[in-house]
Amino acid sequence: MSSYAGSMYHGSPLLLSLLGPLTVKRIEGQPNHLLYSLVSVIADVVSAMLIRATGQNLRLAYLRSLESLDLVKQIDVSEFLCSGDIAALIYLCNPFTIVACVGLSTSPIENMAVILCLYGACSRLIPLAAFGWVIATHLSLYPAILIIPVIFLLGCGPDSPPRKLFLQRHQQKEVLNQSKLPPGFSWRPIIHFAFWAFLWSVYVLVLCGISLKQFGGLWEMFKSTYGFILTVEDLSPNIGVLWYFFAEVFEFFRNFFLIVFHVNILFMILPLAIRLRHRPCYLAFVYVAICSMLKSYPSVGDSALYLGLLGWFVNELADMQFSLFLFCGYVGVSLLSPVMHNLWIWRGTGNANFYFTTAMVYACLQIVLVVEGVSAMLNHDRKLRILITGKPQDAKS
Amino acid sequence: MVLLQRPHILLLLIGTHQFLQCWIAFGSVNEEGQKQEEFSEELLLKTLPDHKLLAHFHFQSSAPPSTSNGCHHHLFPKAISQLVQKFRIKEMELSFTQGRWNYESWGGFDPKSSSNAKPAGVELWAVFDVPQHHIDASWKNLTHTLSGLFCASINFLESTATYSTPEWSFPPASGNVRYGTLPCEAVCTENLSPWLKLLPCRDKAGIALLLDRPSLYRGFYHSQQLHLTSTGSSSEGIDSGIILEQTLTVVLQPNSEMAIEVHASEKHIQPSWSLSSIFGKQVSGRCVLAKSSSVYLLLDRGLSAANGLTSENFWSNPSFELSANPDRIFLEESSSHSKSLSILYMFQVEKYCESEPFDIGLMWKVPLAWFCQQTPLHASSANSKDGSCELRVDVFQVVPWYVKVYFHSLRVFVDQQPRAVSDIIEKIHVSPSKDKCLLGFLRIDEYPPDANQGFDIPSAIISFPNFHASMVFLEDDSLNKSPLLSKFQEKCPVMPYTEVLLVPLTTPDFSMPYNVITITCTVFALYFGSLLNVLQRRVAEEERFLKAKAAKKTGRLPLLLSKLSAKLRGRRLEPLHSPPSSSSFINSKLVLKVILVAGLAVGWQYFFS
Repeated sequence: MSSYAGSMYHGSPLLLSLLGPLTVKRIEGQPNHLLYSLVSVIADVVSAMLIRATGQNLRLAYLRSLESLDLVKQIDVSEFLCSGDIAALIYLCNPFTIVACVGLSTSPIENMAVILCLYGACSRLIPLAAFGWVIATHLSLYPAILIIPVIFLLGCGPDSPPRKLFLQRHQQKEVLNQSKLPPGFSWRPIIHFAFWAFLWSVYVLVLCGISLKQFGGLWEMFKSTYGFILTVEDLSPNIGVLWYFFAEVFEFFRNFFLIVFHVNILFMILPLAIRLRHRPCYLAFVYVAICSMLKSYPSVGDSALYLGLLGWFVNELADMQFSLFLFCGYVGVSLLSPVMHNLWIWRGTGNANFYFTTAMVYACLQIVLVVEGVSAMLNHDRKLRILITGKPQDAKS
Repeated sequence: MVLLQRPHILLLLIGTHQFLQCWIAFGSVNEEGQKQEEFSEELLLKTLPDHKLLAHFHFQSSAPPSTSNGCHHHLFPKAISQLVQKFRIKEMELSFTQGRWNYESWGGFDPKSSSNAKPAGVELWAVFDVPQHHIDASWKNLTHTLSGLFCASINFLESTATYSTPEWSFPPASGNVRYGTLPCEAVCTENLSPWLKLLPCRDKAGIALLLDRPSLYRGFYHSQQLHLTSTGSSSEGIDSGIILEQTLTVVLQPNSEMAIEVHASEKHIQPSWSLSSIFGKQVSGRCVLAKSSSVYLLLDRGLSAANGLTSENFWSNPSFELSANPDRIFLEESSSHSKSLSILYMFQVEKYCESEPFDIGLMWKVPLAWFCQQTPLHASSANSKDGSCELRVDVFQVVPWYVKVYFHSLRVFVDQQPRAVSDIIEKIHVSPSKDKCLLGFLRIDEYPPDANQGFDIPSAIISFPNFHASMVFLEDDSLNKSPLLSKFQEKCPVMPYTEVLLVPLTTPDFSMPYNVITITCTVFALYFGSLLNVLQRRVAEEERFLKAKAAKKTGRLPLLLSKLSAKLRGRRLEPLHSPPSSSSFINSKLVLKVILVAGLAVGWQYFFS
């Protein structure tokens, strides 16, 4: 029987065939879900280690760029926190990650694929990056937009201040030392990446086609996985805002609002890419945050990912506004939301509106986090420019 | 003109015409004299072990196959024959039921309960004689037609999410059967009236006269059913013969006034009853169109055993008294299980008329207690050595599309002990619904009315395919077989029903569509606007503007406010600078604008008031 019949499962058939038997197999004397929990725990630990490695990479790149800008004396480097360790710790100890692991959801595996992609791109391991990207897109549709930060990472290298600053610095010093400049945009790794991505996607599609041959083939798979995500068929309550919206909207306007909500994600890709092209890892973080906020079926596992990635930028985002407000907000929502859910569904004394309010507050918190984060990063770049040039300018920082 | 002048010629012509018509009609009746439409009405009364009374009305009409198109019916309802011909129905059953059949007290294995115990609400199943791909369209049209005919919302069964195709657990098991049920449909007199209209005498004469609405709907269980069978296939070009059985099964509580007179001290005396005390009416003669009209009183095995009646002494009645003498007595064919037999008393209604109405009453003299045979029956363990026996059970359950079923949590209990599923269950066939997917939450227009009450999951049918329930009565002459007795003797499958489940599902707040849409769109607009703003902001210019604004504020309160806002945002307070010189220019522009708008408003008011 087709794994998509009856509309219970809407994921990848490969995931089902790899992990499905693990949920059914029982070991004598142990709880039922032990094997799958082990897989989730291993995925989380691997993700944390990869985050740490990427964080160290980023920190080294930052220090190198500060050196080449001759700002080492003006910025106190010894106060820099070890961003890789902090990010890994945030990811592992985040209650959201733990809850997603305990709840036996597939979030740890999806997060691992995304982090694998970013790690591969940062460390110039192109086959690994391609594999991570293909698997992440296959499991859920939204990591497809991470192609842009990956292209920037492979082309230009990890996060660094804008290229203009380097030119201005060397203008001041009247020494054009080409070797200290960061390298320009190179197309070779991109082509390499495209080739590997094509290879991996053909492989994955062939495997899926084989497993679904008698159940309708690949079209059935696309309809049930991507079509399901894009048309928001399932209206079960979750931490997002789309379920209630599409339960209440009238049939006539449904398609219009579907297009509007999905375009909201797509529209922001270009302005963010233009503004943050010199910081691809931060761009990836912003994309992941926006996706987990506006996707069709959000969950706390997606929030765990971007909160972990936020740890990479503790040094640059030290001056972020509203940080205490955001922290308290997250704690408050994560305490209130299960209470309201219980009141509504299990006890019947509450209303759907209580739960929806917590979901809305959560969405607003995420918006504030993204907006203030972008603002803080741009301010950081502006401060670097002030340090170099010595005076503020009218032009865009 | 000529005719009008000679009226006697006109009269002669009209008379000849009428005579010819009568002769043709008479001739045609004589032609089909052997196969005529027949109608028979019967009533079966039975006292149940918990002192309630079961009244089972059975009306049967049959139309013979005819070679002419558009044949006239004088007894058979035309609506039904048109239904059968239009949709090519081979067999159909429609039942409207209110109440729950109590299998423990009222029995589950005798032919009456296995064919008449139905789940609450509406149940419809039909077998069609059309090619496989036309069946769904025929089903849809059938549901709409029946909905109009019986004033019920049977048309809800038209969508593929509400009906199913049982394959091996529902007899007749073929691919042409479609089954649907509406568990929450209330049955009332509006459904009974069109059902009664199908009878030739309606409820004005004959046994149907007893159908007094208040007493019917006061009962514990009532179920009206319509069963159609068409004999012969329509592929041969002839209209097939149709047999229509309409049955109404009621379980009533006879009032116990009469019982108190007999034995005041006894608590367990069963209440005596009569037709007039239960229905408030008496049968004043039979329906003249009926071929046979009879009333039966059944004493089942348990009761006759408690009575001490056997095949030898069934004439004597030590424990009860009948108010009318039966015309015939039927004995059940003796079976090897027990010595006691069921006894059927028959009363002919033909003998009674308006002046001498028929009223049968039963008066109990001694308290008796007896039990009826329940399902499942006794299974003999003679075959196997270790004392276990095999019983094959088929379970057919329809689950609505909006309820998620987790098959891995299925538990099987045998004798209240849990057993492993794979030992007991041989095969499971699951057919998920195709167009609608299972959700935990529905859209606002998919909820039924009064969604806060809950959703009904229809009852499951449990069938024991290896067992059949039948009662064979010994009869003296086999020419005058009554339809009720033939039904008794048919081997009908034993199919008890489980109860209807009421599942409270979570509902959203239906009063909030506008609010929800507005608030969600506001959140999205907040995201969109603020992110774009941050991305394109020119920070230096903004800082200069802020400084200019801060310089204009000289009062203490605005200064305090700006200090407070700066502290909140974590920024340092910028020191005041001298205001730029463009302030007066802005002021005069503003004043000009205000004067212009005021002048326009005055002019508008003046010219259009």
